[in-house]
Parts: sequence; C-alpha cells; structure tokens
Amino acid sequence: MPISTLDTDAATLSPDELRRYNRHLILPEVGKEGQQKLKAASVLLVGAGGLGSPLALYLAAAGVGRLGLVDFDVVDESNLQRQVLHGTKDVGRPKLQSARDRIKDVNPHVAVDLHEMRLTSENALDVIPEYDLVADGTDNFPTRYLVNDACVLAGVPNVYASIFRFEGQVSVFGAPGGPDYRDLYPEPPPPGLVPSCAEGGVLGVLPGLVGTIQATEVIKMILGVGEPLIGRLLLIDALSMSFRTLKVRKDPNNPISGENPTITELIDYEQFCGIPQQNGRAQQDDAVPEVTVQTLHARREAGNAPFLLDVRKPYEAEIADIGADQLIPVEELAERLAEVRADQDDEIVVHCRSGARSARAVTLMREAGFSNVANLAGGTLAWSEEIDEAVPTY
Amino acid sequence: MSTTTPTTTRLQIPTPLRSFTGGNATVAVTGDTAGAAIANLVEQFPDLKQHLYDDEGTLRSFVNVYVNDDDIRYLDGPDTRLGSDDTLSIVPAVAGG
Repeated sequence: MPISTLDTDAATLSPDELRRYNRHLILPEVGKEGQQKLKAASVLLVGAGGLGSPLALYLAAAGVGRLGLVDFDVVDESNLQRQVLHGTKDVGRPKLQSARDRIKDVNPHVAVDLHEMRLTSENALDVIPEYDLVADGTDNFPTRYLVNDACVLAGVPNVYASIFRFEGQVSVFGAPGGPDYRDLYPEPPPPGLVPSCAEGGVLGVLPGLVGTIQATEVIKMILGVGEPLIGRLLLIDALSMSFRTLKVRKDPNNPISGENPTITELIDYEQFCGIPQQNGRAQQDDAVPEVTVQTLHARREAGNAPFLLDVRKPYEAEIADIGADQLIPVEELAERLAEVRADQDDEIVVHCRSGARSARAVTLMREAGFSNVANLAGGTLAWSEEIDEAVPTY
Repeated sequence: MSTTTPTTTRLQIPTPLRSFTGGNATVAVTGDTAGAAIANLVEQFPDLKQHLYDDEGTLRSFVNVYVNDDDIRYLDGPDTRLGSDDTLSIVPAVAGG
C-alpha cells in the first residue's frame, strides 16, 4: 500500500544522509529508493505523549522528512515515567518545544511543524490534508473519532494505537479500501465507563512497546513493504506478553464510509461521546452539585465541615490524603452504600483525584436517595494546587 | 462428551473488566452460543452486567465480542455457535495514548 503521492525525485540524499542511513540503505526492502520515500514523506503525530514519544523519536531517526506534532500540553513530572520524548529539564515547558528540541537532536535533517492547539472539528481539516499519514496517539474518545473522521474525509490513512494499563491496540485505518475506526467501534462508550490512563494508570514501558509497533506500521506504509495492519487489529497484552490479531471488516452501515454515508463533514465529537458542552453545562451541573476546595477548606476552618467521602483506591489515599472521613472505592460504592457513615440527609462531599470518579459517585448516591451530596471540584489535584501544596499530585 | 452437556468455552477478559472477575484474565463459561456464554459470565460475575448490557438487556454496542478472530457482528451475532475449541474474547474500546 505505497503512498502514491510521494515525490522521491526531490528527495535526494546528501553525503551526510547517506552515511546516517547506511543500515537502511543496505536493506533490500528499504534501499536508496525507500530512504528517499521516507525523506519525501510527511507524518502528523496527534499527541506528543506516551505513544507520540516513541513515534517521534523513531520516525525522526528513520529519516521521515517532515513530522507534524499536535499537542497543547506542558510537560508534567507525572509524564516522565513513559513520555521519553521529554526530560526532567523540560518540566513546565510546552511539550511541542521540548519535542522539537529532542527531534532536532536525534536528526537535524527532519523538518518539524508545531501545531500548538487542541485538534477540533474546526481545524482538523486544515491540518490533516497537509500530511501523507496520520499517527493517532491521543488520549480520549472524542479526539479518536475526530481523527478518524477527518482522515476518512481527507483520504489520509491513520495508523492507530491506543493503550490502557497493560494492554494495547494497533491497526491501520482509512487506507484505500480498508476499514476505519467506526467499523471497529461504531459507538463510543458512555463517558466515565472506561477510565483514562490518568485515572486507571498505565505501565510506563507500554506506550514504548505499542508506539514502536505503531511507528513500524507508519514506515511500512511509507515504504509500501510487508503487510500493514489494514483490516486487522493487533491486541497486545504485556502481562501475559501475548499478541493476537483480530479481523476488522468494513461495515456497510458505517456512517462515514459505508454504502450510504450520513456524515459528510466533521461533527461535534464531545456531544457524540456524550460529554456535556463547556458552555451548555446545564445537564451535568444540574445533575452533580459541586463545592470548591476553598469552600471545603473554609468550612473546616470554621469547624462545620461536611462529611468527606473519598472514592479512590486505598493506595491512592496513601499517596495523597486530604483527610477524608471514609474511603469506599467508586467501583464498590453501589454495594457498600449502607456502610457510608453518614445519614441520607447529611451533608456529604465526595472526592477523588480529579473530580471525575467522584462526580459518578455523587450521581449514584443521589439516585440512591442521598439528598445533600456534592462533588469536590478538581479533587486532590485542586486541593494540592490551591490549599496545601504538601499534598502530592499524581 | 454427551450431547446434553453444554459447551464450555474459554473467555478472555480485557484489563478494564478484570476487576470484576477477581483479576482473572480468562474465565471458563458454559453456553452453546456466544450470547449464552456471555450471559453465563454475567451470572458468575453479576457486577459485569452494567458494563456489558444496556437497560434493555442487549449487549452494549461499544463492547466487541469475538469468536476466535472474528467479530460476532459478522457471524450470527449472539446466536453464533460455539465449539469447545473456540476462544471467546471481549474487546472494549480503549483510548489511552
């Protein structure tokens, strides 16, 4: 499945480059022609995090001519356990600046485009058609569907990977004649049902393992060699260290690439994934009352603190404790409601790390008849930032 | 094996759901069809129900079920027949990066 648009005539290799790429040049499957294809190719990396790190490093080292990076985050200490594109000295810097410096150090022959923004329905089709391939390493469902749809509409293949805890998935979507993400997963899970890496954790080396497979597929697609994962989903389980491939078929009812497409332009992916709008917040906010960390702190100072319930895992409370009265993990809450040491009409505040799990817990408790329960907005992260910096963030 | 013995199949549990199966990566389930085998899994681990079925009792559309390497959507759906050598897998969407 070679990328037919590559102009290898313009991609001549300098003596420097011929020395640098020697181990590619002597591979019959790459050779000088393949190396020129790599130089002529452009790849957009969506996300410069866990998967984006090995992608950027290996694609740069391999001599891909132009790498685009989309990210809007700054490097956080908690990234360094897996995001090897960034170093300790980069904490607090925009990820794209750190990524550019590292890529230029690995291979100064690579052109780097920085797109410091959140990919949205408004800008995705300005950026994606500028590249031969996309490698999706984002961390949320709305962006997964956005990248898929934009790639299908633009006709740009999407080398896809995602990770969770000890597992990874890799496939190639949107190649000519091949299936796409909506063929595999027609609908997203409701928000909150599948935890993010920030909530559920991820083995630091896992994105290295999965991201290098993703990078391998990118390079195969550029070179037109081997059998890319088109129509196949690779499942990786690092705990059992087992690799399986499942078939992915084209669904005739696929709304963007099926027989009668109903999606002909980019849609609102937050809404598609059931996530309430930032400005039309009525739904979520009516359902989940919130208190701020300042309010809770002031109430404690005044000696009339509400009952504080922690719904994280016990080991999380060992890492960062803000003095909850009781801990019941949100996964067990439905069955252990009777254990809550507060009455149904007592004032209860529920907290977790970021406020996401505790919002689910508040909804669950209200449905079970607790009448005066609220979510601690921002969780221990907000407490650490605004009240007590001695509380670790994780 | 007598013809009345229901088929026992190995069902692979993905990481996000293992907290509901006592940490087990595979569970032996009985049932002659994919749908019956998943129902048997939920009988063994009732907390899984809300993750696998919607309020109407149908399998949630974001939960993919495979018999060997094929999605049951392209076989006979929940009525897909199982043999004792088949492997059944639940493959949910994950989005981490």
